[in-house]
Amino acid sequence: MKVVQEGKKEYWRWQEYQKILSSKNWEKSDIITAGVDVGSVGSKAVVMINGEVYSWSVTRTGSNSPDSAKKAIGWAMEGTGLELDDFKYIVGTGYGRVNVPMANKAVTEIACHAKGANHIWGPTVRTILDVGGQDIKAIRCDQTGRVTSFLMNDKCAAGTGRGMEVFADLLQIPIEDIGEVSLRVDEEPEPVSCTCVAFAKTEAMGLLRKGWSKEKVLAAYTRAMAIRMCALLKRVGIEKDFVITGGQSKNIGVVTRIEKILGIKRLPMPNWRGGGLDPMIAGALGAAIIAKALHERSK
Amino acid sequence: MTVSTLITAGIDMGTQSVKVVILKEGKIISRNQAFSGFNPKETAEKALTDALENANVPRTTINHITATGSGVEMAPNSDSTISMMGADAKAGVYLIPSARTIIDVGAEEARGVKCDSKGRMLNFVVNERCAAGAGAFIEAMARALEVELDEMGPLSLKAERASPINASCVIFGESDVVSLIHRQESKPEIARAIFDAMADRVSSMVHRLGISPDVVLIGGVAKDVGFVASLNRTLGLEVLVPENPEYTGALGAALVANKRAGDTKN
Repeated sequence: MKVVQEGKKEYWRWQEYQKILSSKNWEKSDIITAGVDVGSVGSKAVVMINGEVYSWSVTRTGSNSPDSAKKAIGWAMEGTGLELDDFKYIVGTGYGRVNVPMANKAVTEIACHAKGANHIWGPTVRTILDVGGQDIKAIRCDQTGRVTSFLMNDKCAAGTGRGMEVFADLLQIPIEDIGEVSLRVDEEPEPVSCTCVAFAKTEAMGLLRKGWSKEKVLAAYTRAMAIRMCALLKRVGIEKDFVITGGQSKNIGVVTRIEKILGIKRLPMPNWRGGGLDPMIAGALGAAIIAKALHERSK
Repeated sequence: MTVSTLITAGIDMGTQSVKVVILKEGKIISRNQAFSGFNPKETAEKALTDALENANVPRTTINHITATGSGVEMAPNSDSTISMMGADAKAGVYLIPSARTIIDVGAEEARGVKCDSKGRMLNFVVNERCAAGAGAFIEAMARALEVELDEMGPLSLKAERASPINASCVIFGESDVVSLIHRQESKPEIARAIFDAMADRVSSMVHRLGISPDVVLIGGVAKDVGFVASLNRTLGLEVLVPENPEYTGALGAALVANKRAGDTKN
């Protein structure tokens, strides 16, 4: 078993948080729905009141999906006075979607991400790159946020958030800073040759021994991962507007390189620390929107 | 009339270790291996020198050296090279004449090779650039489980049942192993889960190629009884494992060297 040594910093550890968007007083008569996205690395929950985002949470997934789902929705409800009984409909999504105990239905995260992106950025979104902890998805959708086609890279850490966590740990750079640090190079180095994270880690250690700076190694890795994501996007076909969701949407190193390779810019990131929506919750948000639709249909 | 003895060498520049086989008139007289390390070329040179010393053969009497392996470009002054698949086919059929499908699982790569009765390669599949289907997977999982690599196989044979884990990525496999540990699954069950996962991946690769009996398993991982048991279960047949399976690539190269040297002499 892995034991964290005392005093050893966990560089991969990203910040969990909860956010209540409005001070609105909800009533029992409101249509209260929720989406719970149990991802491989993060579990997110979004609470919607009458189709508007009310609160959300971004938490780390633990060793089992039901507990992670409970934690996510629990955090999203904290301080709101809401109880599980108040929800009219809950949709579970993500890798652990079939194990969301409070959910009325499970919906694939592909459909949820498209709906969520449509809500965050509006009807002009046509291509979504979702970079989660465990997989990368390239999704095409129409103006209503309905999926028209998609491609995914399943269960290979290359290019995923988990791969970035491995590198944050290896290079001892906090995960939140990793994108910015990767841009601190005078000249973009050649990408690492190994796609597999296990091999890339070995390759990176070799480069460090050769005297490469952490920044340069990180740039080489980030570039290789950006190339991999772009290959997936090119296969699905890119149409504007283009957006990025998932945890890696916050990795400026990845985003800058993707934009450079593709020659197009993504729609700007909402100010999620302020009043905007966090692209990391796109899946849970889509699930909450779908939950409302399913509730209305069931009436 | 005197015919000088034909001495040839095969060098397999593997990702983890360098293997050398010396043949005299087509028969193995010496073999040696060493960790590739930081300077594979130097390692190979030394491994070759040691192998020759063991056999009491002076370097100058070697008629032909053939190199193979993923680091083939770093091989010390060889006369020719052969593809890893070609070497696998050649040596596989030499060791087990009924071999028609050869599965080679090394430290960082896995291959499936179909061949004919003469050891000529007909077709092949490769898993490279992904650690999940190679020895590196077992190494990483043994670390997560805190078990010595050599103990993994025997340990897995004690498992009473299967508990499936993620087969497709070392990084995610590690977290799966950690969650199994949290669930207080016993080590033999986890060890078996690891081998089953890897066997699944190797088996699906070989199925893309199509399987013709007999199936021979070579490469360093073939020495692991746990992997062999899992692969047999997954494939639904008994794979044959030659002695010293990790030397198969070097042997194949040495056999090719033997043929090429013979051709030049005539």
